[in-house]
Formats: sequence, structure tokens, C-alpha cells
Amino acid sequence: MQRIGVFVCHCGTNIAATVDVKAVAEALSHEPGVVVSQDYQYMCSESGQELVKNAIKEHGLTGVVICSCSPRMHENTFRKAAASAGLNPYLVEIANIREQCSWIHKDIASATDKAIILGKAAVAKVHLNAPLTAGESPVVKRALVIGGGIAGIQTALDIAEAGFDVDIVEKEPTIGGKMAQIDKTFPTLDCAACILTPKMVEASQNEHITIHSFSEVSDVKGFVGNFTVTIKKKARYVDETKCTGCGLCTEKCPMKKVPNEFNMGLDNRTAVYIPFAQAVPKVATIDPNYCMMLKNGKCGVCSKVCSVGAIDYKQTDKFIEQKYGAIVVATGFNPIKLDKYDEFAYSCCPDVVTSLELERLMNAAGPNGGTLLRPSDKTHPHTIVFVQCVGSRCDDEKGKPYCSKICCMYTAKHAMLIREKYPDTEVYVFYIDVRTPGKNFDEFYRRAVEQYNVHYIKGMVGKVTPKADGKIDVQASDLLANEQLHINADMVVLAAAIEPDKTARPLATMLTTQMDTNDFFTEAHPKLRPVESATAGIFLSGACQGPKDIPETVAQASAAAAKAIGLLCKNSITCNPCVAHSDELMCNGCSACEKVCPYGAITYQDKEFRMPDRSTAIRRVASVNPAVCQGCGACTVACPSGAMDLNGFSNSQIMAEVDAICK
Amino acid sequence: MNKNEKDWIDITSGVNVRKCMRCGKCSATCPSYDEMEYHPHQFVYMVEKGDIEPLLNSKSLYKCLTCFACVERCPRGVEPAKVIEAVRLTAVRKQGNNHLLPDQIPDMLDDDLPQQAIVTAFRKYTK
Amino acid sequence: MQVNENFEPVIVAFCCNWCSYAGADLSGTNRLNYPANVKIIRVPCSCRVNPMFILRAFQRGADGVIICGCHPGDCHYTSGNYFTRRRITLLYSMLDFLGIERNRTRLEWVSAAEGAKFAAVMNQFVEDVKKLGPNRRLEDLRCRKQ
Repeated sequence: MQRIGVFVCHCGTNIAATVDVKAVAEALSHEPGVVVSQDYQYMCSESGQELVKNAIKEHGLTGVVICSCSPRMHENTFRKAAASAGLNPYLVEIANIREQCSWIHKDIASATDKAIILGKAAVAKVHLNAPLTAGESPVVKRALVIGGGIAGIQTALDIAEAGFDVDIVEKEPTIGGKMAQIDKTFPTLDCAACILTPKMVEASQNEHITIHSFSEVSDVKGFVGNFTVTIKKKARYVDETKCTGCGLCTEKCPMKKVPNEFNMGLDNRTAVYIPFAQAVPKVATIDPNYCMMLKNGKCGVCSKVCSVGAIDYKQTDKFIEQKYGAIVVATGFNPIKLDKYDEFAYSCCPDVVTSLELERLMNAAGPNGGTLLRPSDKTHPHTIVFVQCVGSRCDDEKGKPYCSKICCMYTAKHAMLIREKYPDTEVYVFYIDVRTPGKNFDEFYRRAVEQYNVHYIKGMVGKVTPKADGKIDVQASDLLANEQLHINADMVVLAAAIEPDKTARPLATMLTTQMDTNDFFTEAHPKLRPVESATAGIFLSGACQGPKDIPETVAQASAAAAKAIGLLCKNSITCNPCVAHSDELMCNGCSACEKVCPYGAITYQDKEFRMPDRSTAIRRVASVNPAVCQGCGACTVACPSGAMDLNGFSNSQIMAEVDAICK
Repeated sequence: MNKNEKDWIDITSGVNVRKCMRCGKCSATCPSYDEMEYHPHQFVYMVEKGDIEPLLNSKSLYKCLTCFACVERCPRGVEPAKVIEAVRLTAVRKQGNNHLLPDQIPDMLDDDLPQQAIVTAFRKYTK
Repeated sequence: MQVNENFEPVIVAFCCNWCSYAGADLSGTNRLNYPANVKIIRVPCSCRVNPMFILRAFQRGADGVIICGCHPGDCHYTSGNYFTRRRITLLYSMLDFLGIERNRTRLEWVSAAEGAKFAAVMNQFVEDVKKLGPNRRLEDLRCRKQ
């Protein structure tokens, strides 16, 4: 038989002014199972809690109902009080008679009636409460960072700083990402390589950081604190442990006509290559699509010149399995393909380039050694037109619906750098809006206009036509002057929209995290949990979550690291005990629950059951992983056989509340 | 300003002019820009404001070749050519107030652009 | 149909713990009135509301049932309210088939910040149910106390 205690709070006059608390206590004392029913001035005060604790001990209570303020306010207070008196904290129920009764009603009679009904519902529910124990699951003290750009590097360094082991998985042969390709950074105009490469070296030398370059995540299993990840180390045909990065093989390789992706295809590299001089790890990689030895077995020059014997043509993809407590996603972005924007003539004219290509053209380590020359005839351009919002802010058919955020600033940077280096070059920027919020950003853009005399024109370019004399006709509108312009340009630079990396979507499926329609990872809460994914233990860093510039990326990377460290610091994590569970005797293994679970918490297993005729049968039944389940209850409704139920909000508990209210 | 006329243009064009973000790409791409008093982006903006009377009385209406370059290029899918066409229809349907009489047309034909006019007509009536 | 002026309907409200339950708290904090007929049951997510609970409420004599969840796209559990929306749509077609007034059941999106909306929704709903009169078709008289 249940022994339930009811405690009605006056909350000073907050409740007592509109609810006759004595009448509530009196009415609830006649409810079945109620052995003690009291009212008190301030239930949440020390002495109020003492009252509850004493009653639990004195009357041997098996359930407690507190009629007071919202459970969002003091549920935990009373649960702790009950626990300290030896009662399972989940045997406490709160009837919300302040926010949802006394504060909204003026009539004492009806408010008191309602308070009594709410109290009865809570008593009916607490009759069916089961003691719950929050489970614990251990935390593997190792983090995985997916993506080795500035976001991934920063996150890994911060986690390593706290003393935890971190693995970086990078799909390219070197870490560094997009920032390594950038020449200068806004708004300070300092050299990107000068600030990035020390961090890359720091990451490679840190004893806690392991870099898996030229690798991909191929499988993720498990849950927060205990992920099992399979990493595919792609064959690079060079033994990483032996290669010293001397670069002799890259000099001698006879296959010299491979488009260099690091320079955006603006020049060529060899089939065996090191992406750039400061690559980390500085190890050669053989491109099997071009290597003549790998394609038809005739060459082998690199293996002959390699003094340490690092070349291994027989290398195959290797898979390694590793356990992690936390995963940080830092897969970054790419500029979109511009093939479908015929009006800008990007595909047919080599002098129409994207901004990232311009970065390489202007970079000292780029194809022209830092001198800005037209890709077509290597002459100096005298008129350059920048086009903003190419593929950004479009409706869904024409491009990306979002603002790519960084283009306004990098275009101002490019315009400024060109005007500074080549004062004889006229620079036109066509903009729809100039969006430069951020510290020192608008000042930077104004400097481009006021000091460097960059021509900013409000309007859009409608048509880019390469002409026979090598010039480019740019037809555009000037909305403020209300005229159509024709500019005879030497180069056109397109600020292409950025999009999440293509590897992000398959990764999101593996991680069971959410993405928006643009393939950006969705954060757990847009305001309050911006670096966590909705899936516990998965954190977001950098542009995989939305367009970001470098300072924001680094800030988010450190924030993600802090969240990951917070998780890794714990030896075990307490799970929310209000999770779903399946009654295996009723489950028919139909998979309805698995399909609605947003967290992938439900798995199926074959179990042996004893049948009524004493034979045994093997049946497929659902089982919920309590560490992964967040307790939404979607599965409980989807279950056709009624096997799924939710702790703390069970079918019978809610039905009992319904009955108590309707009586 | 005539609200009914605006509603009528909204309906006949089937275009949501509020989608316009004022980039001016329609006007940047328009081949008969220089002939026009009101340019494609102004058509969209003035229809949005409900300022239709000046458009109805403007020769710009008949300078649009309906080549659909603006429709093709508009990043927001606003389809300015359809707006202009709807304004043109409004003018045509105002009995007695026709801005253009059929007899005046031969003098206005542009010798440089015959094929374009034919192509335009085909495009317009086959869509 | 005769409207009984003194008819006080029994209204059961299922509120999502993360949004509308907090919204209800907020309307209390702001002292925004709504009728005492509304009794709230807290659920972790609107998708926890089994259509069976709604039918049970009608069987036990409730005159109206309202389910409040997070706005589409804002679900704390990312997709729960979409399930709710589909389930309630299906329930509607079943109630239509049975000839039960559709206005007795309502699904509303109320966020944790929308205390005023919560009160407004409740006022409107109680008024609508009052117009409909008592729920006679689904109530099981054997369940009635007295």
C-alpha cells in the first residue's frame, strides 16, 4: 500500500491569496493512499524542506506530492530533499498551483477547485511512480576531431592543452584546410601562413595529438562517452614513418602535368607530391590517377631516388578502429561550382576567376610567385571587376539562399591589396549590400573606398563577355546612377558562395546528427547551445555549422573544445533516467520505434524466449540504449503493441492524470 | 495609386514582387535598357510600391522585348519580364486609353532587331 | 442548439515541457488570465501524447483537449512535433469519421517565450468549447463519478 505525503505551499501570499491552501490540504488528505497532508508558508525554505524530510522518515512515505510553484523552479530542490531523507528522488511529484493556478485566476472558489484537481492528478500520478536510478556510463578519455582546417587544429590544440588525447582525421594529405590557401587575412592584412603554419607545427609536435592525414571516417558506432570509430587511412603509396619530406621524388617524377588542387588548378604538380612547402605532415603522396607506375607498371623513378626507401607501390587502404569519448566535427566549407552561371563566363574565360583562385594568384607561393598576372596571357591586369553574391542570396533553384558572410570582407581585402600593390589598376566592386558587421570590419571596408579609391557600385553584373582582343566586356547596372554600364575589364573576380563540404552529409548520417537543407550541421540550440549538436557527445566547430570567418571559426573551435573537455573530464556521465524502455514480452520487433527515434537509441536483438508450451523461440525485440535516449517519447506512441513506455511519464501515469482531471 | 491595378498585376503576372532584393541584375542584363525610361528593376520596385500609373503611360512598356534575360538571370526568381508583360496587359485592356495605336507601330520598328522581335514573339506565345 | 450559460467545460491541456509548459508558466508570471477550466498535464514532448490519451480524456468526460508543442523546427528533440502534427491530423480524420466535433481537439504551437499567446489560445479554446456544449458523444457514462 502506498503511503503518500501531500505538502501544500502558501508561497507567502502568492498562492494563499487566491487558493484556500488549507482546503486543498484537507481535500487531498482524503485521497487514497494519502497519509499526511500539510500546508506550510514556504515549502522551498530550509524549514519547509525539513518538514518534508521529517514526514518521509516519520510516516515511511512512498511518495511525495508538493503543491507549489512550477516544477521548472523547484523540482530539483524537493527531489534532493527527498533523496537526503532516503526516498528515491523520482517519487516526488509537483502540482503547479502557482504559475498555472493562483497567478492566473482571481476567483478564490474556482482557483481552489482547480488546485485540488491538480493536486489529485499529482497524487494519482505518484501512485504509479517507480523509483528510478540514473544510470552511469563511462567516458573514454580521448577525442576525435574530424577535419584538419583551422577549426579542427584549434579544437585539437585546446583539448590537448587540457591533457586529453586527440586524433585529427583529415581527408587531404596535409592539415591546414582553406586557411593554408589564403594569402592575407582581414581586417589586419597579416599573412595567413605566418599565423597558421606555427599552429600546424604545434599540432604535429603535441604529444597528445595524433594526425591521421589522407584519412576518412568510415564508420561510427556507440554513443556519448563511448564512440567506436573506424578510420580509413587511404593508401598514399609512401611509408609515412620513413618519408623525410626531402622532396627529391617530387623533383624527379616525370609526370608533371597534374592539375595542382592546392593552387586551384592554376598550375601543375607532379604525380608524387607534397601539397605545399609547410605541409604537415610533410610526407609525399602518390596520386594513383596519374602515377605511371601505378597505372601501367612502367616508371618507378621515385622509388629509385628515395634514399630512405619510403615508396611502397603495394600499399593498400588501412582501417583502424579507435574508441572516443567525444567527437568534434570541423569539416569546413568549399566554394560552390560556378558552371551553371553562364552569364559570368567562368567556364569559358580563364581571366574570370573565383576569389579563392585570386588568393592563389596573389600568393607569394602561388603559381605566379606573388605577382598578379592574368591567367590567360600572363600580363598585368589594369581593370579588375569584382562581382559579389555569386550564388549567394538566391532562391533555391538559382543557388544558395543564405548570405555567405565572408565575401564582402575578402572582396574589400582583395580590392585594397590590389590597389596598394598596383596603384595603376582600377578596381570596381559590384555589390547588392555591403555587409560588414564585426570588429573593425566596416572601418576596413570604408578604408578600401576612402583611402584606396576602390569603386564600389551598387548594382549587379548581368553579363560578362570575353572579347576577341582578350579584354572582357562587363555589362552591369549602376542602380544609384540609374544607368547601365559597360566596363572594359582585364579580369573578373567572382565572390562564389560557400557551401559545406561534400563529405558532411554522409558523416552526419553516420553520427546521427541533424543538418539543415543546406547541409550545414544544426546546433542543439541556435542561441544557447551553438557548438553542440543535438546528439550528445558530438560538437560542432567552424564553417560546417554555418558560414564563418576566421576569428569566429577559432572562437567556435575553442568553445567546442571547452564543451568536449567538459565531457572528457568526467569519469562517467549520469544519464537522464526518464528514458524509454521496451517490454520485451510485448515487443514484436516491428521497427516502428526505431524509425521515429531521432537519436538512433533503439537497436534490435534476437533473444530467446520461453513459449507457453515450454519450447523456446528466438524473437527479435527492441532494446533502448539509456545513455543515448533523451526521453522524448516519440517511440512510445509509434509502438503498435504498447511495448514501449517512458520512465517518469508512463502511459499509465498520464492516463491516471487524465482520469483525475476529468472526474 | 490604384490598389486594384496592383492586385490585378500581381494576379496576371503570377509574380511575388516582394521577393526582389534590389540587386539590379535584371537591369544589368537587359538588352533594351538604353531605350527604356523605366528599367526592369524599376518596374518591379514601382509595382511593389503600387506606383503603376507612370508605368502605364511610359513607352518603356513597349521597349521590353520579352527576351526573358532578366527572368533567366534574376537570383531571386522574381521574373521581371512577366511583371512588365502584366503591366502591358493592363494598359492594353484599358479601353480607349491605349498608349500605342496599331498605326503608329511601323514607324517605331527597329531595323536592327528584326529577328529578336520574331524570336520574342515565339517565346512569348509558346511558353 | 441551446447554449447553457453556466456550462463549465473540462479542458485537458497537454503541454511540452520545453516550450508551452514554460509558456504557461510565463503567462502565470505575467498574470495573464485564462479560465480555470484548463488543467495542464506536463509531457516531455508533444510527441509523447498518444492519441489514446486524448480519446481517454473524452471518454472520461473532458469537453476539450488541447495539445501544445514547440513551433515546427524548434522541437527540443528536433523532430517530435512533426510526429505530433501527423498523428493529430490522423486523429482528426478519425474524429470526423465518428462525427465528433473537430473543434474539441486542437493542436497549437506555443513557445516558451509566448506567455501572452498561451493565454490567448486558452481563452479562445475555452470559448469555442463552450459554444460546442458538453461532450456527450464520446463520454462513457459508466466512468462518471457520483
